[in-house]
Amino acid sequence: MSVPAVTRATRASRIATVVAALGLVVLMLAPWWAGRADMRLMGEIYLYLSLACLWNLMAGYAGLVSVGQQAYVGFGGYMLFALTVFGGLHPIAAIVAAGGLAAAVSVPVATLIFRLKGAYFAIGTWVVAEVFRLSFAQVSALGGGSGSSLPVGIVRSLSSSRSGREALSYWLALGAAVLVIGTVYLFLRSRRGLALTAIRDSEAAASGLGIDIWRTKLEVYVVTSALTAIIGGLIFLQKLRISPDAAFSVNDWTAFVIFIVVIGGIGTLEGPIIGTLVFFAIRETLADFGTTYLMILGAVAIVVMLKAPKGIWGLIRDRIDLELFPLGYRVHQEGGEGGTLK
Amino acid sequence: MIEWVNALVQGILLGGLYALFAAGLSLIFGVMRLVNIAHGDLIVLAAYIGLSTTMILGVHPFIALLIVMPVMATIGYALQRGLLNHALGDDILPPLLVTFGLSVIIQNALLEGYSADPQKLNGGAIETASISLGGLAVGILPLLTFAIAVAVIAVLQWVFYSTGLGRGFRAVSDNQEIAQLMGLNKAHVFGLAMALALGVTAIAGILLGVRTSFDPAIGGGRLIFGFEAVIIGGLGSLWGTLAGGVILGVAQTLGAKIDPGWQLLAGHVAFLVVLALRPNGLFPRVEH
Amino acid sequence: MPDPLLALNALDAHYGDFQALYGVDMSIERGEVVSIIGANGAGKTTLMRSISGLTRNDPAQVVFDGRPIGDLRADLIAGLGIALVPEGRQLFPSLSVEENLVLGGKTKRPGPWSLEKVYDLFPILGERRGQASTSLSGGQQQMVAIGRALMANPELILFDEISLGLAPVVIGTIYDVLPGIIGEGMTALLVEQDISRALAVSSRVYCLQEGRVSLEGRTDQVSREDITEAYFGAAAA
Repeated sequence: MSVPAVTRATRASRIATVVAALGLVVLMLAPWWAGRADMRLMGEIYLYLSLACLWNLMAGYAGLVSVGQQAYVGFGGYMLFALTVFGGLHPIAAIVAAGGLAAAVSVPVATLIFRLKGAYFAIGTWVVAEVFRLSFAQVSALGGGSGSSLPVGIVRSLSSSRSGREALSYWLALGAAVLVIGTVYLFLRSRRGLALTAIRDSEAAASGLGIDIWRTKLEVYVVTSALTAIIGGLIFLQKLRISPDAAFSVNDWTAFVIFIVVIGGIGTLEGPIIGTLVFFAIRETLADFGTTYLMILGAVAIVVMLKAPKGIWGLIRDRIDLELFPLGYRVHQEGGEGGTLK
Repeated sequence: MIEWVNALVQGILLGGLYALFAAGLSLIFGVMRLVNIAHGDLIVLAAYIGLSTTMILGVHPFIALLIVMPVMATIGYALQRGLLNHALGDDILPPLLVTFGLSVIIQNALLEGYSADPQKLNGGAIETASISLGGLAVGILPLLTFAIAVAVIAVLQWVFYSTGLGRGFRAVSDNQEIAQLMGLNKAHVFGLAMALALGVTAIAGILLGVRTSFDPAIGGGRLIFGFEAVIIGGLGSLWGTLAGGVILGVAQTLGAKIDPGWQLLAGHVAFLVVLALRPNGLFPRVEH
Repeated sequence: MPDPLLALNALDAHYGDFQALYGVDMSIERGEVVSIIGANGAGKTTLMRSISGLTRNDPAQVVFDGRPIGDLRADLIAGLGIALVPEGRQLFPSLSVEENLVLGGKTKRPGPWSLEKVYDLFPILGERRGQASTSLSGGQQQMVAIGRALMANPELILFDEISLGLAPVVIGTIYDVLPGIIGEGMTALLVEQDISRALAVSSRVYCLQEGRVSLEGRTDQVSREDITEAYFGAAAA
């Protein structure tokens, strides 16, 4: 009897890697082939994709369903403004520092809201976001409730020309998306990822295996918070203007993100990518309808959750055994078909 | 000094309104372990249905309750049987995301139907009337709101612990499978619980609309106040929910007394302090 | 010959993802007391769940009083007159003793059983009617569970492991009242691991082994050896 071989990669995942690398090069060259509006849209897509991947890591893998991620988006945005205007930091340095500060803030926040279970945790995260919003609205140096714009001098420090700034902003968004997807992927492939999978399957069993559930979830929460703040900094570097209502908007930074992940397929790495593309396709075609478009989006999310809880990617996977990000293990017996272990 | 006492009294009375926001949330969680993210939007929906009723029939908002309550209760029953029952199960994600989607739908439907302009229910003379209590001018409307909150919670308490309906609620809450063996139709019992909860929500919505102006976007905030009152009071305890509402209201009015910008922040901080010191709330339910 | 009160026709039932019953045929006549014995995992609980509607199957696989009920909801089946005394008693902790009993009568079926009669049968429950059901001893809780099922005035009563976890003297008390209950004209199906107890009160027995009926017969006609073989499999005989 032959010894079965265990692999993680599949032919599809290897092809996907090559295609992704080629695609990335093409996207990096966008400033030379894409128009100004297209680049702006693509930049926005990358940032939403990043938020979706991060929310998916929390909700789909760690069981931390948050409706308060706007807390860290807004925090990152405000830190960009505060650190550049008062700290004299370069915007990029400020955004990186915002990630570090968000990580530091997220630890005490987590010790409080981790006391809430399940759905109550979700609303607890929303309360935290409200506290952040109301607190930043109290800071008159940052414009109080009406907000402020990024001073021209700081904007110029990125690049003296407008097209240079736009290209830089685009590359930063693309780089952030690659960073986030890479981090989430490596996180899930690591021992921590295995621990998360065990926790998702059964908290009791995971605890019996000696997995510190609280600590594992805390790590996910802190990493997610830091990266979300970095994305928030980039979002407001694109917008150049910030206000408490825009920075801590539950619709913009959480509702849309949740819909993206649910429609694409929660608990998979491919889901958020598909969801983001679908979301922007719907938005670009229906955005003129305003409120109707949002109602349709909400209804689609409900139908997907009830009828196809694994989203579009789940529907695809039910038909073909496809995995673009090799997370599972495959056992190959000579002469037999490979099976997938999860 | 008298100003602080005044702020304290106003806060206690405001707590009545928050307890009404919370009561429906608490009831639903108690019976079916569902946390309804759309709860705040349903309160706002009730206020808008009240608005339309007063405008079409030309009646006082309190009279409009005779229409709004059965309408909301019917919506609750239909929503539960048609949608929410299908989302309930071992996984917490579907109910959470379905009610979140519902929240977005209600909010935008209200925007579509009523625009984003703030509206108000006209309560007439009662809005400004007040009585003098030991040198304090206490508004009749806040006083009435508090009295209604106490009455509503007393009625819910009675329904829950002294009627056949409440027996069914508790049985289904304890053990869904065995409750079905007793001949209880789980889907129907859940529908009734949601109908009752939204009946209470109708009262909350009307009182909210008479007290302050409202627009389609304020639902999230009302959900949070109700949620905070539930957690401060302790899960599963109806009278605790009233106490939680009062603590939240007092924190807000005292905060506002220090600095108007701190009103909401003070409420949230009070919630977080309770969460840090007494994570099970101040009056958690003890099994009898 | 009239229809049996309960007929199982080639019942294949699943417990979660696992198939627990394979083509089980059974027939229970009115007024009979039938026991079902078998080792752990033989499929007894799944059988009880299938009859009471907690596990749904094809309609014709479970026929009650001539009516296919295999896919009927549990609450509707309760209304037709099938009551279950579940394994582990499963009282409602938020309800008092009396509330548990009253809820048992929710279906409002006419019949001999009422609160008073249950209190006559188990006087201790009358004394403790206002107490939380969880404050009672195991044996008293079992009395509530039996009383709760009787309150439904069922035509068919299912007992699932009523002696499990109880002291022998308490089991004796419980079994002493069974003939009185069945004397009221009820049909009973009894799942039990205590074989001698089961055989003593029933007229017929089915043995389940790995989800299949391995033995069926009148209790006065089957031998101990037959049962041991049917219970443990041929290897043990």
